Amino acid sequence: MKTKAKKWFGRYWIYFVVVGFWIVCEVLMQQNALSPVIRNQLIPICCWVTMAVSLNLVVGISGELSLGHAGFMSLGAFTGLIAAGWLQHAAQMESPLARLVLAMLAGGLIAGIFGFLIGIPVLRLRGDYLAIVTLAFGEIINSLIINLYVNLDQGTLYFKFLKGRGLPGIPLLAGAQGPDNITKIALIPAGFVLVILTLIVANNLVRSRTGRAIMATRDNRIAAESVGINVTKYKMTAFVTAAVLAGMAGAMYGLFMSTATKPTLFRYTKSIDILVFVVMGGLGSLSGSVISAALLTILPEQLRFLKDYRMLIYAVVLILMMLVSNNPLIRGWMKGIREKFFRRNKQTPAAEARPDDGKGGGRS
Amino acid sequence: MSEIKTRQNTPMVPYPSGAIVPERDLGTIPVLECSHLGIEFGGLKAVDDFSVIMGKTEIAGLIGPNGAGKTTIFNLLTRVYQPTHGTMMLEGRDMGNMTTVDVNKAGIARTFQNIRLFDNMSVEENVRIGLHNQIRYGMFSGILRLPRYWKAEKEQHEKAMELLDIFDMADLADHRSGSLPYGAQRRLEIVRALATHPKLLLLDEPAAGMNPRETEELMENIIRIRDRFQIAVLLIEHDMNLVMGICEDICVLNFGRIIAKGTPDQIQQNPAVIEAYLGKRKKENA
Repeated sequence: MKTKAKKWFGRYWIYFVVVGFWIVCEVLMQQNALSPVIRNQLIPICCWVTMAVSLNLVVGISGELSLGHAGFMSLGAFTGLIAAGWLQHAAQMESPLARLVLAMLAGGLIAGIFGFLIGIPVLRLRGDYLAIVTLAFGEIINSLIINLYVNLDQGTLYFKFLKGRGLPGIPLLAGAQGPDNITKIALIPAGFVLVILTLIVANNLVRSRTGRAIMATRDNRIAAESVGINVTKYKMTAFVTAAVLAGMAGAMYGLFMSTATKPTLFRYTKSIDILVFVVMGGLGSLSGSVISAALLTILPEQLRFLKDYRMLIYAVVLILMMLVSNNPLIRGWMKGIREKFFRRNKQTPAAEARPDDGKGGGRS
Repeated sequence: MSEIKTRQNTPMVPYPSGAIVPERDLGTIPVLECSHLGIEFGGLKAVDDFSVIMGKTEIAGLIGPNGAGKTTIFNLLTRVYQPTHGTMMLEGRDMGNMTTVDVNKAGIARTFQNIRLFDNMSVEENVRIGLHNQIRYGMFSGILRLPRYWKAEKEQHEKAMELLDIFDMADLADHRSGSLPYGAQRRLEIVRALATHPKLLLLDEPAAGMNPRETEELMENIIRIRDRFQIAVLLIEHDMNLVMGICEDICVLNFGRIIAKGTPDQIQQNPAVIEAYLGKRKKENA
């Protein structure tokens, strides 16, 4: 039974960490003991954690390098902002929570639809080509939103490209100047709920028939096809799921920053940042993504005292972390911890004991 | 071995178009019917005019020197390559427009010469991936953990264990498949292929890297699988003990063309086969 407990703990520890962190934050906020810097970072942390976990579905689980993830976040953010603005001014919805939830659903939906449309051409490509094309799509989305003007007049939304002048009603979105007339409604508990929801979706997806099929297409495309797995379908599943989650995180982020949300926030450099979170946390390790995204979001804020040298030190810290996590001594130490607390797939002793049977061995 | 020896002498009967099938398969539709199948790679005929008929429960062998086109034929049958000539039918169904995935769903499963397991997954997960189209549930049942999920996962687990048990591998279920010994990896590939519920099983050098004892077990297992699941097996193999021991019908290939077809006894005495393997006598050359 002890191994069963280990297995259980190995699967669910990250939920305890997230919930524990949430409780600690709530308690500290009650006591007014939480520094405002951290407090203002909580919702962005939740958003970036969601982004990292969802990108890990594409890069780590499905094995396709996507560099346009911030594009989906951008779509989600502005869809969410427009939806929230409409709900606030036209539908006169009082409850901020209901507005937030509906805006996030709208953001997820639109990002998902675009994920599907973009996935059709993109998932025909592989490797570097896929990376470049996703990067391009991220930039296209960004350029479109920079030039998009949306006004609201008596319940009707007016969309226009390039020039916003002449549209009736109040502006909701004014091109490169970003959104207007939209209240901040993002809540810290909602952020944590989003993280937990993302983890549940991602973890349950990975440990199901669908997730196994996705990982099979990653590990060996030809073998996966030979057992009747439709590779494109499962790559698309991972891609669209990630886009939906990114859209929801985007809507949350947009409604936290409100009028400070500029389309340029979601350029390709952001996609690279998210990729850094994923790689740091470990490709395919969802819990690793959570930890690394949270730490690497707080870190630059905590380094502000370094002024001009901030990003320099940040880069050095990243390099050191990479070196340390690849150090054989530390790897061995981590392996010991993992074996002590978590279940790992057993290694067959026979494989090491009988070198004749190893892959190099010829026919007898 | 005695059991195997008797099976070698299955009565083979002629079938229209000159092929032979085991007598027990006479009343049924042949599982595989290829006529004039061929593929050209820019003018090079890798496989040319390949015509065979396989009975419903026949074990057939495909042999030939290196580079003869044996694996290419497997790749044609599973549509990894699109044939440029000819037709193939699976149980009377034309396979003209099928993709690799369709071919597997229609009932052809294969193993690979260079093992293609999902190395980082456990043995059981490998078999479960083989069960992908057999025991299904939707993505949302999986994410929301609906009752359907628990039921199907349990079913998959039981079925996977049952299949692993054929090769006495049930106790290895939790091991990482990449860490298994070579012979066990080959057996696992066969189990994974079987999990897709095929009508025709293609084995590409199943005995490569196995010791004589393992090979003997493999021979017994191939026959056991055939009897239990009532499927046809087509295998590529260089180990003549295995080929002559269990194949009822053998097809010899050289430079992409069939040079001989027949029972093991006929093949062993066929001068064209001897020539392909050993070369011409000097006297005849002169």
